[in-house]
Amino acid sequence: MENQTSLTRRHLLKWTGAGATVAVAGALLPNFGISAALGAELGDGDIGVLNYAYALEQLEAAFYIQVLETPFANMQVNDQRILTQIRDHEIAHRDFLKKALGRNAIGALEVDFSAVDFASRASVLGTAEVFENLGVAAYNGAGQLISNVDYLAAAGSIVSIEARHAAAISDLIKPFSAEAVGRGNVDGKGLDAALLPSKVLKAAAPFISTPVTAATLP
Amino acid sequence: MNNDNSILSAIEPELADTIVQGRRDVFAKYAKAAGIMTSAPLVLALASNQAFGATLPKVIEDTLNFALTLEYLEAAFYDQGNASGVIPSKYRTVFRTIGGHETAHVKLLQGVLGAAAVKAPGVDFTAGGKYADVFENFDTFLTLSQTFEDLGVAAYKGQAGNLVGSAEVLTVALQIHSVEARHASEVRRIGLKFGWDGAFDKPMSKQAVLRAATPFLA
Repeated sequence: MENQTSLTRRHLLKWTGAGATVAVAGALLPNFGISAALGAELGDGDIGVLNYAYALEQLEAAFYIQVLETPFANMQVNDQRILTQIRDHEIAHRDFLKKALGRNAIGALEVDFSAVDFASRASVLGTAEVFENLGVAAYNGAGQLISNVDYLAAAGSIVSIEARHAAAISDLIKPFSAEAVGRGNVDGKGLDAALLPSKVLKAAAPFISTPVTAATLP
Repeated sequence: MNNDNSILSAIEPELADTIVQGRRDVFAKYAKAAGIMTSAPLVLALASNQAFGATLPKVIEDTLNFALTLEYLEAAFYDQGNASGVIPSKYRTVFRTIGGHETAHVKLLQGVLGAAAVKAPGVDFTAGGKYADVFENFDTFLTLSQTFEDLGVAAYKGQAGNLVGSAEVLTVALQIHSVEARHASEVRRIGLKFGWDGAFDKPMSKQAVLRAATPFLA
């Protein structure tokens, strides 16, 4: 099969070329095509916004899958329970968006966590905090780009979970601190950040090997 | 994606029902606001906290006043709680930070609404005696804190559809919404719970929120 051949070849290249690259779970599913390796264009309008969210959820899910597969040294029960729940949430978000997008969904993205030391609690939690806060700011900034109220409601049902995650991760880093209720991310007016896709994709780019473009999103 | 409801079919049935229920509410109101875009003065008001209420579309004014009522309730709760001595020292930073955010939300919404802002309601955090020891027993205080934070998250989420026609107001509401979610997560953590009830947060209708809040309004 042509697909099979290109997949195999591409993986060979990937694995021989960059040992630190982690394949996203599900990357070997039949719907995965060569397009993901060449790049992913998110698309227009609401589909573009949902694909944007799908890309971020793929990144988060892949990260926590790796965190639990290669646990850092002396991972405590509390860390493990919370990180496992967060992983399962991100997988649920990823799969939900993929299903909602149907044939319009971008392919599985390849991620690059070579900057993360999965053996270090500080590195893992620090990265998790960055991803969760980026996710919150991304959904907050993308709400205004959604025209269908059902999609807005769906995004709303995800963003507050990301914010709950952000607080939980900050609490694991520094228990019962101001950071655990948003200091560093919430401004003097009591507002969380809101970022447009161009800024978020730039921040996420070092962690995603597949080139992601959003030609029509601001 | 061509089918309006395709996104809902992927969510758990209960959540889909809640969203559809909320949407009926939303459509009735949204129809009135259709076509209304945010004007430059509103952007200025949001940036400077200057009054501008007279020119707000009615549906947005009503929604923001609903939000303001909840913020008054939360701000008063933490004002009294932080002054009462009920909070153990290790958690004081968290609740002072939360209280600061709620007070900031009150000021922000008052600023946007200007003369149209509702007055602060009278409050009774014992709910007619049901929570008589709210400012003497930390467990009771924590129970109400979680109730108010989770209620706030669900309330903002339930109103997002009302703000679709006004990008700036919607974004500000989302920026408050995620802060409430951070609070809820940490308050639950202090109560030795997970910061969430699942992968997707549920919205609440205005009526349901008011029903839950009414016992605390004097």
